[in-house]
Amino acid sequence: MDKTMILVPGRTTKQGVGLIDSKFKKDYREATTTVEINVEDMARLGLEDGCKVKLRSADGVVTVKCTGRRTEDLPPGLMFIAYGPPTSKLMGKDTAASGMPLSKHLEVELKRVS
Amino acid sequence: MMRVAEKAKSEGNIKIVEDATCTFCGCLCDDMVLTVDVDAKKITKAKNACVLGKALFLNYEEEDRPFALIGGKEATTAEAVEEAAQILANARFPIIYGMSDTTCETQRKAVGLMDMLGGTIDSTTSVCHGPTGMALQGVGESTATLGEIKNRADLVIYWGGNPAESLPRHFARYAVTAKGMYTPNRKKDRTIVNIDVRHTKSVPVADIFIQVKPGADFELLWALRALVKNRHVDPNIEKKTGVSLKTMKDLVERMKNCRYGVLFFGMGLTMTRGRHFNSAAILSLGSDLNEYTHFIATPMRGHGNVTGADTVVAWQTGYPFGVNFSRGYPKFNPGEFTATDMFVRGDADAGLILASDPGSNFTQAAVDHMKKIPMIVLDPKYTHTAKLARVAFTTAHYGINVPGTAYRSDGVPIELRTCLDSKYPSDEEVITAIYRRVEQLLIAKKRSKGANNKRQKAA
Repeated sequence: MDKTMILVPGRTTKQGVGLIDSKFKKDYREATTTVEINVEDMARLGLEDGCKVKLRSADGVVTVKCTGRRTEDLPPGLMFIAYGPPTSKLMGKDTAASGMPLSKHLEVELKRVS
Repeated sequence: MMRVAEKAKSEGNIKIVEDATCTFCGCLCDDMVLTVDVDAKKITKAKNACVLGKALFLNYEEEDRPFALIGGKEATTAEAVEEAAQILANARFPIIYGMSDTTCETQRKAVGLMDMLGGTIDSTTSVCHGPTGMALQGVGESTATLGEIKNRADLVIYWGGNPAESLPRHFARYAVTAKGMYTPNRKKDRTIVNIDVRHTKSVPVADIFIQVKPGADFELLWALRALVKNRHVDPNIEKKTGVSLKTMKDLVERMKNCRYGVLFFGMGLTMTRGRHFNSAAILSLGSDLNEYTHFIATPMRGHGNVTGADTVVAWQTGYPFGVNFSRGYPKFNPGEFTATDMFVRGDADAGLILASDPGSNFTQAAVDHMKKIPMIVLDPKYTHTAKLARVAFTTAHYGINVPGTAYRSDGVPIELRTCLDSKYPSDEEVITAIYRRVEQLLIAKKRSKGANNKRQKAA
C-alpha cells in the first residue's frame, strides 16, 4: 500500500560518529539507511521493525529499512532519517534562487519492499 | 602565519597537549586535553571531548593512502598539482566549493585562486546557513558571542535544531547547564524552550517544548512578531501552525520579560519551505524584542570552520558565499553562483572540492554533472567525491596535524594547536602549489596569445 509521508533528514550521533570513521563503513551506512516511522503509521501500513521500504520522491527512489517511534517522539505522517547519500537522492534540484535545495520535509511515497 | 604556542608536556613517547581544539562542529571546543602516543601516531585519550570529538580524535590514524590519485592511479602530490593546475587553467567557468573543514589560511588562498581565474568560490554555507547569510544582509542581526550568552542569557530558545546530537557540548558549555557570571545557578537560572516538528534528543533539557507543523515555521515566527508588537493575530493561526495562540502569547510574555534572551536556530528553518524568509523572520524577531529587553538571534553551525569560510570570503570579497569573479570583480548571486545550481545547470566545467563531500550530500542532478567534468578533491579521507574525481589529493587533518585559524559559530577566532605531524601536505600547501602553477600557465597563455596576435598583424 502506497502512502505519502513527510521525511525529515537530519543529523544523529551515530551518523556523526560513523562519518568520522568512514562513510563507506557499516556504522554510517546503517545510520543513513534506517528510517524512523511513527508506530501507528507502521501498524496501519503493515510494517514491522527491520522491514525494507521504498521511499520515492519526485526526484528519486531509495530502499531503506524501518524502525518504529512512539507518537510522543514522532507524530503520525512524519518520518526521520539521518542524512546521507540515500536522502541526497530524494532531494530536489530547484533551489528557488537561494542556493539551497529543500532538504527537509520531503514529500515521499512509502511502499513496503519485503 | 603566527603559530599558537604549544602547550604540551612529554614523558617518553607520550605527549599531553592542553587546550587543543576539536574541529568537528561549530562549538569549536578549545579545552581538549589530548594524550598522544607519538610513536604509534595515535591519540589515546581526549579529555573534555563529546562523543563526536572523541570519535574525531580517537579514530584518527594516518591511513596509508597514496599522496594523490590521477584518474584512479597513484601519483605524487607534484604530479597531481600539475594535473589540477592544467584543469583549472583551461577551464572557462571553474568553481571551488567546500572549505568548511580547513583553516582560514587555506580558505584565503582558495579565494585568491578563483579571483585569479575569474571563477566562482562557494562554501558549504550555501547548503547550510546560506539562507541566513542572505537574510542578515537584508534585516541585520542582533548578535553576541557564546561567552556573553553563557554569562547572561536567562531565556534560551532552540528552534529547528538538535544540538544534543549535532553540537553535543552546546548545552554544557554555552547555554543550558553552563555556569555564567549572571547565571551562577546554571539551568536553574534559565528557562529553556525547544521548538521543532518532532521530539528530538534535545527536547528533554527543555522546560517548554513547542511542536510546530512541518513547513509552518514562518507563520509561527510572524505571528510571534505580531504578538510582540501587540497586534491582533487571527486564531486560525493555530490550525496553520499546530500551536495554540495561548502558547504563543505565553512565549511572547517570557521573551519580553526575560533579562537576556537568545534564539538559536538551525536547519529546520534554512532547509525548509521559506529558507531565507524563515531566517529573516527569526532574525527580525530577535531584533524586535530589543524594544523590551536584550535579545539576540544566532545560527548554530554544524561544521568546524564553516563560519571561518563565511568570514574569510566576506572580508575578501564583500560577500559570504556564492561569489563569482568572471567580470573581474566579486559578484554575489545565490541561485546563480552557488554550487548546487552551477552543477545542476551544468555551468561549471571544472570543480575543486576542498574539505567537503558534495558527492555524498548534493542532489543527484548535481552529482551527475560532477561526474561529467574534471573534478579535483582535497581531503584527508577517501570520500564519495574523491571516487568521482579526476585528481584526488590526500591532505593532512587540520587541528590535529595542521595549525591555523578557525572561527567558532559566534565569529570568535580560535587558533588550532596540533598534536601529531603528518607525512601528507596541508590543504594550504596544495592550494598554494596549484595557485603558483596556474599563475605560470596563465602568464604563458597570455604571452602565447600576444605572440599569435603579433604574427597575425604582421601577416
